[in-house]
Amino acid sequence: MITVKHLYKTYVTAHTRVEALQDVNLSVEKGDIFGIIGFSGAGKSTLIRCFNRLEEPDSGSVFIGEHEITALGKRELRNAQRKMGMIFQQFNLFDSRTVFGNVSFPLEVAGVSRKAIAHRVPEILELVGLSDKINFYPAQLSGGQMQRVGIARALANEPDILLSDEATSALDPQTTASILDLLRDLNRQLHLTIILITHELDVLRYICNNMAVLENGRIVEQGSVEKFFLNPESNTARLFIKITESFQVNRMWKEGEGI
Amino acid sequence: MNEDLLPLILAGLQDTVYMVALSALIAAFLGFPIAVLLIVSEKGGIMERPNLNRVLGAFVNLFRSFPTIILIVVLLPLSRWIVGTTLGATAAVVPLSIGSAPFLARIIENSLKEVERGKIEAARAMGASPQTIVFKVMFPEALPALVRGITLAIITITGFTAVAGAVGAGGLGSLAIRFGYMRYRNDVMFATVALLVVLVQLVQWCGDRAARKINSKRYRFD
Repeated sequence: MITVKHLYKTYVTAHTRVEALQDVNLSVEKGDIFGIIGFSGAGKSTLIRCFNRLEEPDSGSVFIGEHEITALGKRELRNAQRKMGMIFQQFNLFDSRTVFGNVSFPLEVAGVSRKAIAHRVPEILELVGLSDKINFYPAQLSGGQMQRVGIARALANEPDILLSDEATSALDPQTTASILDLLRDLNRQLHLTIILITHELDVLRYICNNMAVLENGRIVEQGSVEKFFLNPESNTARLFIKITESFQVNRMWKEGEGI
Repeated sequence: MNEDLLPLILAGLQDTVYMVALSALIAAFLGFPIAVLLIVSEKGGIMERPNLNRVLGAFVNLFRSFPTIILIVVLLPLSRWIVGTTLGATAAVVPLSIGSAPFLARIIENSLKEVERGKIEAARAMGASPQTIVFKVMFPEALPALVRGITLAIITITGFTAVAGAVGAGGLGSLAIRFGYMRYRNDVMFATVALLVVLVQLVQWCGDRAARKINSKRYRFD
């Protein structure tokens, strides 16, 4: 349903040349929860930003359904973006707007009538479990609540796809789990395709069905999450698993459960 | 103390308030579009135009590098052309507003720059047009900083009007120079300075209050 073909992106600065994406090919099924994992600087953020063209790739193409996103003009692109939600590590809520105002923003942008907005916003807040916070400002909410507002805002226009840019990396483990549960519920209820990037193995294990491993701007491994854990092929995958295991070994010794 | 003091001072105060208010208004009117152009055209901005940005920036800097009094004198012929005279408060408004517009533009630009890039990125991801981003994201998000910046600008313009008093503008600055300095009228000097101090304090107080009010609404914890 989502296809990425031969995507390249290079950042050129005065002193350096960073090849952020090199010949990236991907395909994500409709209704999947697809994780892209990699260490810092692997190109994850650049890749996810190419899906909705917050970053312009140098070459290559991104297809969503029949539409070639990379071929759209400015106006068509904005229409297409309205059908893709995005959530962020730092939430990026508008401090000048209440929860209601934040969720209504994408609807205002899409030209939805005031009346329809007044109807739609409480509905979507109900879905993320924040009905009682509708008149609060973001600064009055906890991190987990802020990300729920972010999710509500991303879903207001009933998108087909949700892009998640390290959405749980700023949250504690408990809150992370509750946000991931919410994403899984939304995936089932709304048949929402979710593409998430992460550097946390737990996130991948917890909700993703399929994954790709990004290493220095290249996809080095792609397949089911099971395969990632049972038969890791790439250096990055092995390293990730090794780090997690060594933590577990340490914990076992510490808690006296070892051997 | 002379009995002519009160009417003299009152007329001066009236002229000063008139000049500051009108100049600040016109300067803001000119400064806002310049600031918006600067911010959207900068590298990494929402309508990147590096060349336009450089030219506009250089133009703003050029105006800002003139010493105030020189800029006022240079712009006085424009007053003659627009108002018909170079004397009096209305004539002074022309150079004062044109002279402060680039300053206001920079202040507004800096306030808008403080809006986190992530918020703008989020708006772009939702398919918002550049106009929507400027008017529905940047301005509301930067509002407390804008209020503080404009307060600062009004106080600076008050200072400019006093300088303009030296070249025939009228107002409190002119009184201080013509009566206080040239005629050794210490009572006039003292009264004008005292009034200017009160005026500046008042403006600052209003600005602080307005900015605090916005912030306390947004960042209330209860």
